[in-house]
Amino acid sequence: MKAFTTLNGLVCPLDRANVDTDAIIPKQFLKSIKRSGFGPNLFDEWRYLDHGEPGMDNSKRPINPDFVLNFPRFQGAEVLLARENFGCGSSREHAPWALEDQGFRAVIAPSFADIFFNNCYKNGLLPIVLPAEVVDQLFRETEATEGYQLSIDLAAQTVTTPSGQSFGFDITAHRKHCLLNGLDEIGLTLAHADEIKAFEEKRRATQPWLFA
Amino acid sequence: MTAQTLYDKLWSSHVVREEEDGTALLYIDRHLVHEVTSPQAFEGLKLANRALWRKDSIVSTADHNTPTDHWDEGIKDPISRQQVETLDANIKAFGALAYFPFKDHGQGIVHVMGPEQGATLPGMTVVCGDSHTSTHGAFGALAHGIGTSEVEHVMATQCLVAKKSKNMLVRVDGKLADGITAKDVALAIIGEIGTAGGTGYAIEFGGEVIRGLSMEGRMTLCNMAIEAGARSGMVAVDDKTIDYVKGRPFAPKAEQWDAAVAYWNTLHSDDGAAFDKVVELDGAAITPQVTWGTSPEMVVSVSDRVPDPEAQADPVKREGMKRALAYMGLEANTPIEQIPVDIVFIGSCTNSRIEDLREAAAVVRGRQKAASVKQVLVVPGSGLVKAEAEREGLDKIFVAAGFEWREPGCSMCLAMNADRLLPGERCASTSNRNFEGRQGQGGRTHLVSPAMAAAAAIAGHFVDVRHF
Ligand code: SF4
Repeated sequence: MKAFTTLNGLVCPLDRANVDTDAIIPKQFLKSIKRSGFGPNLFDEWRYLDHGEPGMDNSKRPINPDFVLNFPRFQGAEVLLARENFGCGSSREHAPWALEDQGFRAVIAPSFADIFFNNCYKNGLLPIVLPAEVVDQLFRETEATEGYQLSIDLAAQTVTTPSGQSFGFDITAHRKHCLLNGLDEIGLTLAHADEIKAFEEKRRATQPWLFA
Repeated sequence: MTAQTLYDKLWSSHVVREEEDGTALLYIDRHLVHEVTSPQAFEGLKLANRALWRKDSIVSTADHNTPTDHWDEGIKDPISRQQVETLDANIKAFGALAYFPFKDHGQGIVHVMGPEQGATLPGMTVVCGDSHTSTHGAFGALAHGIGTSEVEHVMATQCLVAKKSKNMLVRVDGKLADGITAKDVALAIIGEIGTAGGTGYAIEFGGEVIRGLSMEGRMTLCNMAIEAGARSGMVAVDDKTIDYVKGRPFAPKAEQWDAAVAYWNTLHSDDGAAFDKVVELDGAAITPQVTWGTSPEMVVSVSDRVPDPEAQADPVKREGMKRALAYMGLEANTPIEQIPVDIVFIGSCTNSRIEDLREAAAVVRGRQKAASVKQVLVVPGSGLVKAEAEREGLDKIFVAAGFEWREPGCSMCLAMNADRLLPGERCASTSNRNFEGRQGQGGRTHLVSPAMAAAAAIAGHFVDVRHF
């Protein structure tokens, strides 16, 4: 996994609540058996004017000039600013894969759906919860200022605006450690293989019906 | 010992180790695997040269991509076919307790197949790379959806890295009126707490109404817990749970049965157990529910009207309502019963079990699909459900009414196969999500119960099934 330490990134504002995983990456793209290449189909139904299918040459498709991701001023954005309950819906990890593939490294919102939130961490994408008033302020500032960037410091757990205003955010120690170091979680867990085996043996003895 | 909730018991009995910040390794008993969220996980194992930790924890089927007609012709879409064949190859290479491939008699939607095979048991932790894994909580199990990285993690370690959620009790007391089903209860709960209301919580459903629901009804309810934002929903074990499990292929055998039942009977919240949040609903007040927008919380009673955004004070919500009405092609204040439907879909892991089909058939018997309705799809949840329905003659009732009787699978619930809405088409659907584009780009979905969907197919528009 890619490590995440600090980021100074252009912000793209997506001013909608309850953005669901079907909107982030429509299901026809879930047929891929790969992990990469989902970026051009991020927000496909909002981003293009035609209907997207896997295998199309996305560079030739008509783009929707009214969708924020297509605005020239937000090209190259690395921070997505969103509204409440971002990522609700399915467990598809293709959603964070698509965001990451598109170049986003962090998503800031007042709240996230649980599974999506969790999936982000597994892919070096940092989901940041900030209070609704703060998110409101960031939306206003992003709209008002061309080239608006935010600085994110994971070690310090802060988001800092261009004017120097800083907001703290929460993250569990475990997730922070994994992200900062880009650690493979499976490897970490397997370091406890003996404990897992011991637990499993106890379980096999007390609930043998769970082991066919 | 202090009083524990059902969730507390399920959680603590599966913790292998816990770190200071509360991050735990949670042992996983059952891993359900389907074709969409597993290929990258198997690929990861291969790349790292890792084996499955416990292959007898895996039960698998292909469901999302499989066609629901002309099975003799196989899967025509080459990309879908590749995904299903990849699953075949992976299960062959890695192993599993059981696999129900495309066309197998036991094949079906993963959340229908698991319980009917007895692969879901009380007291288990159940995971699947699918958000509707919450369904299995109906058995007093801790069940939740996981992403593909977690699928790989469980495959390699039999554990999930997780943090404990908070406890929520949703208690529905009173008595449901005739014609009101678990689906209406689920939608009414979501209407009450919102699609983010359960975020961060594990929900236990309790109260007189829930005790009165069949196991299938409880599955419908727990299935929709994720639409309320909760990764897991659950119901305490009682005699119904145990009767349902008894005799199923993967249920405990004779010599272990009594010990299993004795343990299962402890799987309920203790008297006086503390919940972080309690929500109470009056079951008698629940009416047939119909969603009008693009989020399951945008729901009203069939006798209501489409709400007016201008009456909404919160500007973010108001904008969301306006966008939803524009997408749905609806005017504020239109009576729900005046909304015509083009397509009706009866199926999905929410409502494709035998009782759902019986409920729909009871409404349809001796009646005809409205001429204005273009298509009615009835898609059983599994091969076993299909066989039982045919044994009872339900397929004949549907076909006589002009409905299409299909092969099992996810079908138009998410439209990954050929079953999908065209832009602008309006569908009465028994599935669980009415998101933009969910059932096909530009398609308009109204979530309802099987009886309500069947009645809409006959009438050509939504009708109150209680007076139908
Ligand atoms: S029926 Fe629908 S919700 Fe259920 S598993 Fe299939 S696609 Fe997902």
